[in-house]
Amino acid sequence: MHRRTVLTAAAGGLAAPLVFRHAALGADPIKVVGIHDASGGLDIYGKPMVATLEFAMDEINAGGGLLGRPVQLINYDPQSNIQLYTQFATQAATRDKAAVVHGGITSASREAIRPLLKRYNTLYFYNTQYEGGVCDRNCFCTGSTPAQNVNRLVPYIMQKWGKKVYILAADYNYGQITSKWVVKYFREGGGDAVAVDFFPLDVTNFGPAIQKIQAAKPDIVLSALVGGAHVSFYRQWAAAGMKQRIPMASTTFGGGNESLLLSPEEGDGITCAFSYFQEVDNPANAAFLQKFKAKFGAGTPYLGGELAMRTYVGAQLWAEGVRKAKSIDRMKVIEALESGIGVDGPPGRTVLDPKTNHVTLDVYVAEVQNKGFKVLQHFPGSPPSDTQSVCDLQKEPNANKQVVVDVRI
Amino acid sequence: MDLAIATGIQALTGIATLLLISLGLAIVFGMMRVINLAHGEFLMLGAYSAILAVQAGVNLWIAMLVVAPLCVGLLGVVVERLVIRRLYGRMVDTMLATWGLSLALIGAVTMIFGNTVSGFSAPLGSVRIGAYSTSGYGLFLIGATVLLLLAVWAVLRFTPAGLIARGTMQNAGMAAALGVPTERVYALSFAAGAAVSGLAGALMAPFSGVLPTMGTAYIAKSFITVITGGAAMLAGTASASVLLGGVNTLGTFATTPVLGEVLMLAVAILLLRLLPQGITGRFFRRAL
Repeated sequence: MHRRTVLTAAAGGLAAPLVFRHAALGADPIKVVGIHDASGGLDIYGKPMVATLEFAMDEINAGGGLLGRPVQLINYDPQSNIQLYTQFATQAATRDKAAVVHGGITSASREAIRPLLKRYNTLYFYNTQYEGGVCDRNCFCTGSTPAQNVNRLVPYIMQKWGKKVYILAADYNYGQITSKWVVKYFREGGGDAVAVDFFPLDVTNFGPAIQKIQAAKPDIVLSALVGGAHVSFYRQWAAAGMKQRIPMASTTFGGGNESLLLSPEEGDGITCAFSYFQEVDNPANAAFLQKFKAKFGAGTPYLGGELAMRTYVGAQLWAEGVRKAKSIDRMKVIEALESGIGVDGPPGRTVLDPKTNHVTLDVYVAEVQNKGFKVLQHFPGSPPSDTQSVCDLQKEPNANKQVVVDVRI
Repeated sequence: MDLAIATGIQALTGIATLLLISLGLAIVFGMMRVINLAHGEFLMLGAYSAILAVQAGVNLWIAMLVVAPLCVGLLGVVVERLVIRRLYGRMVDTMLATWGLSLALIGAVTMIFGNTVSGFSAPLGSVRIGAYSTSGYGLFLIGATVLLLLAVWAVLRFTPAGLIARGTMQNAGMAAALGVPTERVYALSFAAGAAVSGLAGALMAPFSGVLPTMGTAYIAKSFITVITGGAAMLAGTASASVLLGGVNTLGTFATTPVLGEVLMLAVAILLLRLLPQGITGRFFRRAL
């Protein structure tokens, strides 16, 4: 029913551009646009991402800005609506003339704005863990991909729980592709998937699915479910008393603040792999969290898994690129970024891979404990080998596609 | 055997859900021939009333079973006074007005509570059926729906107020000539329909999560159920719920959630082609 979204869209559109001005630095500001769903079903991811992007920009300005100019962050809220994504991306490129756009949460939203920003020659950073395979010199993907996270998660849970997995995934490109990777890694370890079920993002009744899982008797349930509506799966799973009977892992749970939405009885024990958890124990993370809390006070969002942290690291990488290029010219920044830039930060060291514009990063396996995570394993320096196997931007600089990695299963 | 029972319970839950979300609409449509496009938002407001009451420390059951229907019922009184009363007999105008109301309610709730998902967990834990387990709340939902249906039926069938309501429904002019204040009957019917919708929204909240646009997910389904049911308000809605809810749940079991919905819509279309007056246009014609 589109008519219903029209009004909320119109109201939000008027209120959306939160403009942050920095009068202290006098020069003409460098405009950075953020497009993240701060409302609607995806706000569990979007709100913390907006916060870390603001934090990163404040930090840059506090350090004297870039090239002697302040950075000005313009945030847009597409309200979990793909149409608004394309509208705001066009606005960012044509009206704001942004030096860079950070944004996109679901892969569907990324694929809506990535080709558009390439056409307008506007540099784009996608800072979310996703299914891999984007091959586009204009787009830098700073989140982890299946060869990095699923690759670590599956051996851990197979060793701990068993070889038969039942997969539930969100019904769009992320879920479809990621579930193939899960099957691939299970088969490589001598296991297999007993079934894969897909759910549109607005499904809230998982009753039939839960009965089907019980009938299939898997050793493990793996969820690649996405967004606020799908959180009801974890609730219904616990309500049906299944939590004590079949253990659960997820490629998405905790990417935002899902763990806060569930009680410890509902959430504890769900095992996940990301390139960061707020609970990662190192001095850089402790220092970051202290400053982050100082900025947001009582309203400090919980960062959970990697999405918000990757947004912070993405902003840092971009700033490094600008500093090295000594310019905000798009091609000069891309060339500087592709020279193998890296930053050290709370999640460990992140290095850009010039072949794919993806990143080599640290991966952590963790389980939900009392509304937060307990980090169990740490794998430093994991390369994006999935995308590397299908994409070489050095050889093919004009590529503009998402290659669906042919998962051999 | 266990599987059959577990599947059966799941199908019953699907049927109860459909019946629950459609009953308020059926009362308003059946009694007054008013097509209330803000029905989904009545459900949504019921869910919000319950969640706010729970957050304010009210007992969960009281919040769901008392606070929610009361709040939405009162809203129904206000809406009837301000909007519906002025548009009796003008079906298209009523649709337009209630559509506007639905947009306004979504907008207002979005402004107050934000376009974000909240929710509370289902009470009652789980129930074991042989090798399977299912949520106790699902069973409660089935029981509550049956009781609600029986209550509405008993009121209409056995009480003087029910007699007057049925009389007004069948022939408003004659009822008025016999001294029945039809305007008040309409006002109370609308409030009752709204209260039932509020209750339904609150009962659905633990399963679905609560957000300003949650009504949109329900309104199409409840309209299809009421229209497929046909003229008899209770028998029609109940039989349509059994058919469509059953098809949906079993279809979901056999295939995927998407195909389950498609199958349900296909059955509804086929049925309306064969029985344009709805199920009760042909069967159970003398039922309520």
